[in-house]
Amino acid sequence: MAIETREFTLKTEPFMLNFGPVHPSTHGVYRMRTTLDGEVVLDIEPVFGYLHRGIEKLAEQRTFTGFIPLTDRLDYISSMSNNMAYCMAVEKLAGITVPERAEHIRVILAELQRIANHLIANGSFLNDCGAYFTPFLYMFREREKILDLFEMVSGQRLTYNFMRIGGVSQDFPEEFMPALRIFLNQMPRFIDEYDRLLKENEILLARSRGVGILTQKAAVNCSISGPVLRSTGYQWDLRRADPYSIYDRFEFDIPVGIQGDCYDRFRVRMEEMRQSLRIIEQAVKDLPQGAVRAEVPHLVRPPVGEAYSHIESPKGELGFYLVSDGSIAPYRCHVRPTSLINLTALREMVRGWKVADLILIFGSIDICLGEVDR
Amino acid sequence: MALVDLMEVNTRLYQQAVPPDWPGGFWWHWLFFAVVLIIFILIMVMAVIYIERRAMGRMQSRLGPNRTGPFGILQPVADAIKVLLKENIVPVNADKVVHWLAPVIAFVPALMIFAVVPFQNGALLADLNIGILYVVAISSVSTIGVFMAGWGSSNKYSLLGAMRNVAAVVSYEIPLVLAIVGIVLLTGSLSMNQIVLAQDIPFVLLQPLGFLLFFTAGCAEINRSPFDLMEADSELTAGFHTEYSGMKFAMFYLVEYAEAVAIAAIITTLFLSGWRGPALPPWLWFIIKVIIVFFLMVWTRTTLPRVRIDQLMSLAWKFLLPLAVINLVITAIEVLFLSALPWLIIIVNFAVAAVLVVMWSKLFFKLGWGRLEV
Amino acid sequence: MTLAISGKDIARQLEERFPGSVVESRQDCVVVNAGSLQAVAAFVKDTPELKCDYLNYVTAVDYFQYFEVVYQCTSIKHNHSLVIRVRCHDRDNPVIPSVVGLWQGADFQEREIYDLVGIRFEGHPNMKRIFLWEGFDGYPLRKDYL
Repeated sequence: MAIETREFTLKTEPFMLNFGPVHPSTHGVYRMRTTLDGEVVLDIEPVFGYLHRGIEKLAEQRTFTGFIPLTDRLDYISSMSNNMAYCMAVEKLAGITVPERAEHIRVILAELQRIANHLIANGSFLNDCGAYFTPFLYMFREREKILDLFEMVSGQRLTYNFMRIGGVSQDFPEEFMPALRIFLNQMPRFIDEYDRLLKENEILLARSRGVGILTQKAAVNCSISGPVLRSTGYQWDLRRADPYSIYDRFEFDIPVGIQGDCYDRFRVRMEEMRQSLRIIEQAVKDLPQGAVRAEVPHLVRPPVGEAYSHIESPKGELGFYLVSDGSIAPYRCHVRPTSLINLTALREMVRGWKVADLILIFGSIDICLGEVDR
Repeated sequence: MALVDLMEVNTRLYQQAVPPDWPGGFWWHWLFFAVVLIIFILIMVMAVIYIERRAMGRMQSRLGPNRTGPFGILQPVADAIKVLLKENIVPVNADKVVHWLAPVIAFVPALMIFAVVPFQNGALLADLNIGILYVVAISSVSTIGVFMAGWGSSNKYSLLGAMRNVAAVVSYEIPLVLAIVGIVLLTGSLSMNQIVLAQDIPFVLLQPLGFLLFFTAGCAEINRSPFDLMEADSELTAGFHTEYSGMKFAMFYLVEYAEAVAIAAIITTLFLSGWRGPALPPWLWFIIKVIIVFFLMVWTRTTLPRVRIDQLMSLAWKFLLPLAVINLVITAIEVLFLSALPWLIIIVNFAVAAVLVVMWSKLFFKLGWGRLEV
Repeated sequence: MTLAISGKDIARQLEERFPGSVVESRQDCVVVNAGSLQAVAAFVKDTPELKCDYLNYVTAVDYFQYFEVVYQCTSIKHNHSLVIRVRCHDRDNPVIPSVVGLWQGADFQEREIYDLVGIRFEGHPNMKRIFLWEGFDGYPLRKDYL
């Protein structure tokens, strides 16, 4: 007796779900039109521009120095790095040398900013995993200490406007160095606490191991930079490959991931925090006395020409392409937007995963909408 | 003749339900306990909301609400007043009847569970001799309410959330019920009052694996973290109750906490020997134990990230269900042969629980948390 | 240190392979003409000695007589970088071939250039405005916009 069987497949239809600009976990005003088949993501279409302020056009109407506050608002979570990248580009264009003490101060502040940024990145990554604010708030506790240090230095907690062309705007106040030393003593213990709580957490591993894998070839082809690129296995860090400022004098390791999944990006950022602490300690040890700013006129007139200078900002390669025509304002100022370019790979990374993974993968790239939209 | 028999049966049932020394008969007993239960649930819900927010705040190294009233005790009252004063918005495309009826259908079963929970020896609304079976049956009905909420909202987010919820609740019923069967084997009766009376040794010692299974499955049934993907507010805005506001939202909020108290009450009755305890009045012991169990739930919520829907399902079917079956078989064997030596049962059960949990979780984790593509 | 390849060396190699492609060559960059951009880009990306597989950025500048699109690519393996420029003299309907097929990182950046400067990239799979809305009149980063 033959039993007849038929393929019984359920007819499904893909539908479009809009992760609107206002959403609890899209890290800003970012919109994604996702095509879903049940829970599985088939395709996404990102829609940008909700925070577009025309910064590149505004640059042409500000002086070189007057543009620095606008650079703060690019990646508003790590303002010191934006300031540094821009000032370095102008210095390259105008041929200004920065005094030693200013270089050390810049490195200390940039590395503190890197730690602060990675604390938010990892905290919100775990928040997206669902750990309902607990790791987020623990990491914010440490970020508050860094923000207190920044407030001592520049008077601001978020958009510092501290670096100037030719150096930094002021020297450290007297209470800064003791506070920094206390912070450097305490921070390694806190990073160990995060590792102890999170590194082997089964639910975190199950949610993020093997999820959103980015291959090395795809990463390089999509011009990905920063911790996302390093999580795929490339040891490409601009502080080592193309050293700027005084980074060639410091000893630090470059953490790399193994397979380029979300968990690797999380671990790379954790380890980078430790390496940043190492750099700060070395910079503090050799801090020389001297001027904190080169003799630069307030209305800088760089000679006619172009320059591109990039730094390893916490999110990736942040660069400024400046064209000058000899006047007090840039002729063209283009920002190489790290976050926008890092989003190029998002579509490939999320295909075939579920909605919950989509949020996770998106969070692990760590973007800031100010930089994406400018 | 049939009529006479029926009368006799009814009288016997009434007499069974009402304790012999109760004044006034069946209907006064019912009225008294109905009022007591409603007051009890409302006050307990407010208390647990307060406990949750304070405890979660302290665990996240922040204070939690401490402004409204001394130590913030009146915070739930403030929340209730706020929610009552909000506008009741119903989406235009919503199915009006379904939308309105859903919170009611979700809330009523949570109330009805308390009808069989003993506060003192014989002090319960109805000492049904199928007590725990009644509880299991009734608690599934609130899922219908949730699904109606998701469907009647005409919102894709809500529908996704409701579907996830239905899948999760149906899957976790089975380990829940099997854990209960272990208890029933030890007691020999389904009546909740009898179960408490039989606990000279609290059943948490005799059935450690059953306790863990019931706790996990119970958390999943009521959609608490780490299984709260149904209302994952970092993914789907608010899941099935996105489109609810005002009093109806308050009902869903109430449902969540009332069910948490209900599960805590059932765990207390089944495993922690209910109202039994040395010095204090029995109802006070009951409340203390309920609060302790609820604190455990808050603890897991604050600490653990959220699992994904397919991981949730595979946890139910591939991890909890086999463990529940093995627990049942071992309990049955023990009841047959070892019922005179409770301490041996305790040792054997603990050993089996430890071995099984460790071994099975390693196996489960190695198989990738059941991440198979659907 | 990332070595910046001299424009003159590259110009020599390019003239051998693709005669007529180089318009101008300076110390820091090489200017090629739009028609041979894709061939030059493929050459620069695939030749083992150059192997510039990482595109740093694509940007456009409006000099009044022409638009200039600047590409900078780096080789991760050899750690050297190269700047290529393309000029487009047509102001009303500027068109330049797209390099998205070679470096996918140019995807959003070319859309941004189309959005803000107005240069269309031929061969781009999704040539739409990215920051401003469809129907926006004009191209803000041009020098004659406001």
